[in-house]
Amino acid sequence: MTMQAHERSPGEPPATGQVTIPRQPTGWPAEPPVLSFHDVDMVFRGGVHAVDQVSLDVAPGELVSIVGPSGCGKSTLLRIASGLQAPTHGSVTAPDDHIAYVFQDPTLLPWRNVLDNVALCSQLRREPKSERLRKAQAAIDMVGLTGFEKRYPNQLSGGMRMRTSLARALTLDPRLFLFDEPFGAIDEITRERLNGELLRIFSGSRFAGLFVTHSIAEAVFLSSRVVVMSARPGRIIGEFAVPFPYPRTPRLRAEAEFAALTGQIGECLRGGAE
Amino acid sequence: MTITTPSATTPSAAQAAAVSPRAEAAAGAARPAVGEPALAGGQTSWPRRTAATAGPPVAVFAAFCGLWYLVSYVALTPRRRFLLPPLHEVIRVGFLDWGNFSDILRGLGNTTQVALSGFAIASAVGFTVAVLMAQTRWVERSIYPYAVALQTLPVLAMTPLVGLWFGFGLTSRILICSVLSLFPIITNTLFGLQSVEPSQRDLFALMKAGRLARLWRLELPAALPGILTGLRTSGGLAVIGAIVADFFFRQGQPGIGRLLDIYRNALETERLYAAIFCSSLLGLALFLLNTAVTKYVLRNWHASAQRKPS
Ligand SMILES: Nc1ncnc2c1ncn2[C@@H]1O[C@H](COP(=O)(O)OP(=O)(O)O)[C@@H](O)[C@H]1O
Ligand SMILES: [Mg+2]
Repeated sequence: MTMQAHERSPGEPPATGQVTIPRQPTGWPAEPPVLSFHDVDMVFRGGVHAVDQVSLDVAPGELVSIVGPSGCGKSTLLRIASGLQAPTHGSVTAPDDHIAYVFQDPTLLPWRNVLDNVALCSQLRREPKSERLRKAQAAIDMVGLTGFEKRYPNQLSGGMRMRTSLARALTLDPRLFLFDEPFGAIDEITRERLNGELLRIFSGSRFAGLFVTHSIAEAVFLSSRVVVMSARPGRIIGEFAVPFPYPRTPRLRAEAEFAALTGQIGECLRGGAE
Repeated sequence: MTITTPSATTPSAAQAAAVSPRAEAAAGAARPAVGEPALAGGQTSWPRRTAATAGPPVAVFAAFCGLWYLVSYVALTPRRRFLLPPLHEVIRVGFLDWGNFSDILRGLGNTTQVALSGFAIASAVGFTVAVLMAQTRWVERSIYPYAVALQTLPVLAMTPLVGLWFGFGLTSRILICSVLSLFPIITNTLFGLQSVEPSQRDLFALMKAGRLARLWRLELPAALPGILTGLRTSGGLAVIGAIVADFFFRQGQPGIGRLLDIYRNALETERLYAAIFCSSLLGLALFLLNTAVTKYVLRNWHASAQRKPS
């Protein structure tokens, strides 16, 4: 199966990206995709057509962002990828384990402190206690929450709660990492800092990532590829390769090529929102 | 009435208010200043803080006592004074006379026993039923209507029947008491169990957590605030149930309800009032205990018992 380039306006200048995309960023050895949607349709009971003929592959070491108007089926796509929901049509290939899912709200258990929240997944998977604690502590250190292990969620800022949620996901040693607008409710400055840390974590562990966001800048900054979805029924109406090499620094956001690419994606998004 | 309005306590502002609309704004602005000492209490030393928090209830209590004497001595003729004997008489006869007071205490002890037994049974049964109902939709659908029916059923109208079945002693009292206090436990526990966020359910589903793990690690902790609310409500009902059941089931050790009845028949209103005080103290004690338990259990995480981040 080849990647489709969903060209919307053929008259556009062929600048960065909007062409057929190689499945892996150049330099990686060809690997089979971790996640693969093939012609996926989702029609909910009651007739809401949320996802329309989506085909998409995500390879290891790829971080693919999805942007689209709200209600277009982005969350639904993630739920299908995680196996929480079966598509009404089409097929999905995904690992049946080591899937990390970061929800829009941090979904922490308020009666558990940071350490116990992070250890939750290991606990539910019945891993031995020492292993649980070791993994949880490592993840907490990785997201920069060292020293906050005994805090309860209501004693944390929004950013710290999201870090806790990230840490919990990291304990799964993910092969596939799904993010559903994780930083949507977080202020701009914290958000950019978290973006940077996410990239650092990503470069260390080469999972396959699918990142849903409202922010085009965030999508471009983080990912190797940006997929644009139309308003409901959600179809893929554009794919943009992001040519900037990793590791990326915050200074990238100020560069002209960055602005050009976000502008292009924004135009595509606005076209599809009508 | 007028005593409590803040503008009346500052006569100049009240006068000015009558004169011009501009001054009315000034009077409005003066209002927060009246409440200021209470607000500032947070930063001041503890005696002032205690005075600020204890002051209003003490004032209400003083007003209550005043009203009591007013009714007793002014509104009631001496012949009818037994309807509300003066407060000190109530205290002298009901509390300071050890013979009388020990009767009341013993009655209170028996009632407490009934109330706590009924409360314990209601808690265990209600909790179990709610957990079962939360597990499967069909159990909930088949039981819930009857739980509601139980609530609307005038339980006290059933007392003759209960008496015939279970006798007119302790068993029946405890039974009525537990039936009366059952419903809040069921509804609050069920509501709590069902208050789990969908995304948290998703998280557990992703981890392929079993039903037991989900119940133990997610639903029950999430339901704790609801469960505790249920226990608080139900504790109050259990006390009421235990007292009222005394009126209907008169065998065995007399509880405080039975004493109330005896004192009423004998027109011994001093003892009657003393017994009423004691029974309300029982309800209050149970409520305070439940509140303390709630605060302790939820101390780390629930908004109702939250402490400030350090
Ligand atoms: N379980 C469901 N049943 C019915 N409709 C649903 C369900 N889940 C989502 N939808 C609908 O599907 C559409 C896409 O939802 P979603 O994937 O959450 O959008 P978003 O792109 O904002 O994440 C919305 O119109 C939503 O109302
Ligand atoms: Mg969504």
